[in-house]
Amino acid sequence: MRKFLFRVSALILAISLVTPLLARGEEGILDKVKNRGRLICGVNKELPGFGFLGQDGKWKGFDVDYGRAIAAAVLGDPDKVEFRPLKAADRFPALQTGEIDVLIRNTTWTLTRDTDLGTDFAPPTFYDGQGFMLRKDLGVTSLKELAGATIGVTAGSTTELNLADTTRSLGIEVEPIVFEETETLYQSYDQGRCDAVTSDKSQLVSRRQSLKNPDDHVILDVTISKEPLGPVTVHGDNRWNDVVSWVVYATFFAEEHGITQANVNTFETENPEIKRFLGTDDGAGMGKKLGLPKDWARQVIAAVGNYGELFERNLTPLGLPRGVNKPWTQGGLLYAIPFR
Amino acid sequence: MENNSPTAVSEKIPFWRDVRVLRVLFQVVFLLGVILLLAILYTNMLSGLRRLGLTLNLNFFQDEAGFGISEGISYDPSDTYLKAFWVGILNTLKVSIIGVVCATFIGLFFGIARLSSNWLIRTIAAAYVECFRNVPLLLQIVFWYTAVVAQLPNIRESLSLFGGAFINNRGVYLPSPEPTSSLTIWLWFLGAGLLLAVFLYVLRWRQLQRLDRPGFRAKWALPAFLIVALCGWFLTPGSPFTLDLPVLQGFNYQGGMSFSPEFSALLIGLSIYTSAFIAEVVRSGIQSVVKGQREAARAVGLKEGQTLRLVVLPQAVPIILPPLTSQYLNLAKNSSLAVAIGFPELLGIGRTMMLQTGQSIPVFAMIMVSYLVMSLTTSAAMNWYNRWITRIGR
Repeated sequence: MRKFLFRVSALILAISLVTPLLARGEEGILDKVKNRGRLICGVNKELPGFGFLGQDGKWKGFDVDYGRAIAAAVLGDPDKVEFRPLKAADRFPALQTGEIDVLIRNTTWTLTRDTDLGTDFAPPTFYDGQGFMLRKDLGVTSLKELAGATIGVTAGSTTELNLADTTRSLGIEVEPIVFEETETLYQSYDQGRCDAVTSDKSQLVSRRQSLKNPDDHVILDVTISKEPLGPVTVHGDNRWNDVVSWVVYATFFAEEHGITQANVNTFETENPEIKRFLGTDDGAGMGKKLGLPKDWARQVIAAVGNYGELFERNLTPLGLPRGVNKPWTQGGLLYAIPFR
Repeated sequence: MENNSPTAVSEKIPFWRDVRVLRVLFQVVFLLGVILLLAILYTNMLSGLRRLGLTLNLNFFQDEAGFGISEGISYDPSDTYLKAFWVGILNTLKVSIIGVVCATFIGLFFGIARLSSNWLIRTIAAAYVECFRNVPLLLQIVFWYTAVVAQLPNIRESLSLFGGAFINNRGVYLPSPEPTSSLTIWLWFLGAGLLLAVFLYVLRWRQLQRLDRPGFRAKWALPAFLIVALCGWFLTPGSPFTLDLPVLQGFNYQGGMSFSPEFSALLIGLSIYTSAFIAEVVRSGIQSVVKGQREAARAVGLKEGQTLRLVVLPQAVPIILPPLTSQYLNLAKNSSLAVAIGFPELLGIGRTMMLQTGQSIPVFAMIMVSYLVMSLTTSAAMNWYNRWITRIGR
């Protein structure tokens, strides 16, 4: 009987010891990543250009490179990152539960997501808009002509909601078919299960390449929404959101000032802001304020290059024009906040 | 002294060694432990939610859903989340009920076929059961969807049956009967036929009882009813129904009734998979009836079919029913695998709701409660039927 009582008290003790562990969260994600020595980044695995697993088993893409950039800034090594492929429908739970540190998976910033979903956004890395892809031989040129059509969308996306909004405002009815997997969506479209598919234009361009006959399909010249895509962090960890945001600004800043992967280590300048950026100034540097090494921005550029290089490497081969994704100095929307 | 000593001893026993006290004490301690654990989990959940800046409430069910649903009862994106959820429940019920009916008939057929004296039939039935029982259901559903239904011809090259039904990779389109004004007249004929049928049924029943012989009770009633119904059909001025034919208009077929490929693939997958299990349930039920019963039935001169219907099945059914209920419950719950192929059932719509609102916990709870209610209702109905049939049988 004593033994039993002993066991019960041991159990209670164990529970009281485990409880603080369960209720942890005082430790920020930045420290967690540093202690782990590895960043865990949620990405898309089936979107060539943004995030996909290459034939050689290496992760490639625009979003994937941003994951590497964060690893370079925090840990000084772009390879210290583990990519977790996520479906659109699984991405927010994975972030909320702390399974991933950062989500970089062509995710649109919206008010609801910023508030109700428990997520915080870093500045958009790609300004996109929602479009439609359909077969050329249908001869459709405007959205109104799509009345009565079957249209495929991905589950749990903003595109699903935009489609409903748009058809309502046009006063037409369409039949939406919702797919959980991007792969199934485009496969079904290719087989003729739906007349059209709707998604971010960048995704349509990317996926058109893998259809049976890419030339038979056309992307309509209409954009029905604004889709600012960017990295996402969990709500409530501001320090970590700062780190992710400034890594993004660093890529913008480097392009504004002509700092590239090739010249970052030999960049000669007397400009005090660039010196602060590169960590070659005499002060404590911007890194300390972020909780990062002094040369964090230099590591980022050395690892993945500036924004222009990222774009050219990953997205230009798809045939995506830069559009508004240009520095503000060239009339685009990319605007780095001062490094001061 | 003699009387006092036991009391004296029991008074000496300290409470931590008194079985009567301990028995209660341990239960209380255990209960407290369980409550403590639940409380820890609950506060942990709340603190996690607070960290994310989320609150727990059900108010969002009144908000506008904003997303479209491809099939089910009439629904518009401007309807509430609650309505969307309801569409999901009804879609789950639809596929489950049709699935249960199909699986039962297919299962019954193969279960009996497995015991056939014909080698070929027996072997085919065994192969059927083993194949479909041993491949994961998710795989089967995806197979039916991508390898069978999606491979049907394109909508502009639809297979046409009798000029009125169309099959293509967007679904099966059938003509649907639309009632006309003369339907009421025909319904009168049907009513009269039914009365006549009931009368003949009772008559035949009495006759069989008088003769003390087994026989088909509806032998007179069924043909009589059919004749009256048929005569009524021709005597009614104008046809009681007109056929609404599906017609290709614009992108899709309009009119008639249709089954989407997602629904068809899910229904085929669920029915076939579950029927393999039901076949085994039926076979074991039949085999559990003592061989002597069958031999005795044959000895008194009953035919093979009569033996099965009058002697074997009545004894097998009470044994079959409980495991059959489990199979029905499995089928209903397995319908959630439809998420893989995009049929908008309860879980699929629930997941969309979770993503659009961020309220995973309340939505998950609602989904679980819905499945629970469905399953408990099915169980209760089957148990009631079981009690009824055992009472009749004995």
